[in-house]
Amino acid sequence: MAIISRGFSGRRGAGDAKLPPGQYITTDFPVLSAGPTPHVPFDQWEFAIDDGAHVLNRCNWKSFRDLPAERFTTDIHCVTRWSKLGTSWEGVSLDTMLADLNSDARYSMVHSYGGYTTNVPLEDLKNRRAWVAFRFDGQDLAPEHGGPARLLVPHLYFWKSAKWVQGMTLMPQNKPGFWEANGYHIYGDPWREQRYSGE
Amino acid sequence: MWRVGTVVALQDETTSARTLTLEVPDWPGHVAGQHVDVRLTAPDGYSAARSYSIASAPNSEKRLEITVERFPNGEVSPYLTQELVVRDQLELRGPIGGWFVWRPEQTEPIQLIAGGSGIVPLIAMIRSRASFGSSSPFRLLYSVREPAAVFYREELRTLADRSIVGITYAYTRAVPQDWPLPPGRINADLIANATWPSTLSPTCYICGPTSFVESAAEFLSRNGHNAQKIRTERFGPTGDRQ
Repeated sequence: MAIISRGFSGRRGAGDAKLPPGQYITTDFPVLSAGPTPHVPFDQWEFAIDDGAHVLNRCNWKSFRDLPAERFTTDIHCVTRWSKLGTSWEGVSLDTMLADLNSDARYSMVHSYGGYTTNVPLEDLKNRRAWVAFRFDGQDLAPEHGGPARLLVPHLYFWKSAKWVQGMTLMPQNKPGFWEANGYHIYGDPWREQRYSGE
Repeated sequence: MWRVGTVVALQDETTSARTLTLEVPDWPGHVAGQHVDVRLTAPDGYSAARSYSIASAPNSEKRLEITVERFPNGEVSPYLTQELVVRDQLELRGPIGGWFVWRPEQTEPIQLIAGGSGIVPLIAMIRSRASFGSSSPFRLLYSVREPAAVFYREELRTLADRSIVGITYAYTRAVPQDWPLPPGRINADLIANATWPSTLSPTCYICGPTSFVESAAEFLSRNGHNAQKIRTERFGPTGDRQ
């Protein structure tokens, strides 16, 4: 039973159907990171997919940008409770990046320049639900927002959308990444309000 | 799981920030630097929650302090800083977070850098160091808009007098009388003079608005601090933290 807060009425947002439980709408773009912002020059950027033993696929900035990219609009939901609706991005679908890879893995550990990691089931990276994004709102992605390129998995809480992505390791079994080992949920579905570990 | 906290004391830190002392009978304990979700519920069931850093050191009294900065257009912070009275009840979830924390078993030098209300999780670390009798060397660089914007002023003076923490203040808009420097944003010289050198391998905790944290982290990196030793917590204009 909830405690009623005497005299509290709140600010009820519009478009509630698009807002997961416990979230509120923001129009700017707050930054949350665990450490300093890495600055990765385009000519040193690299993205590699491995299976823990062997590199299965590797691209540099040029070969990455030669892949077919798409523009898309999506809502994003941060575990700190802000949501931003209708954000527009450009990126390469993970379907494209994972195509033709031979692996029975069911999970992935995404890793970033600067050492950040986050785990995502491979299923969640497929079927046009995840991208490596390099433009936001028509502009190159700024370093504090994850540039040169970040993962975008908008159907999960935004900490899964790793900034400064460098690659991913395909794994037969699930294991926690950085925030998942520091109190946050192993999967992170905003619609089921899976914010913290043990929920 | 939501727990019930009862307000047992309220204290204004500045004209826009207030410290809430809450009694939470089933509080499981916390580590300095962690935060807590606070939920308000209207009579018709509508509810809103926000995260706030915990200001108090871990203690055995099942008491918790948070300091809330009022955002004029915020949904939750105006209520917490203006409407709430002693004996009101709030719902809390937490503690949350396992990265931006200081544990008493850490013995290395500690560099704290606060911008504005970013002082809140850092005061918890300083209080924790004092209450556990740790001898880890602590330094704090605290940047505020003006002298009247300092939180915990008297307590920080006492903690500095007791050599719990060395403190350097920096002012961005207005300085105290006879202050040797003009107001301004933090810069390379200030960071170099007011923080532990990288040769001591301190762990650095930076908390404040995004642009402040970005530049402080950048200066530390340029001064040779290992990125792995720089921990940050940021809040944007609508982050509504504190």
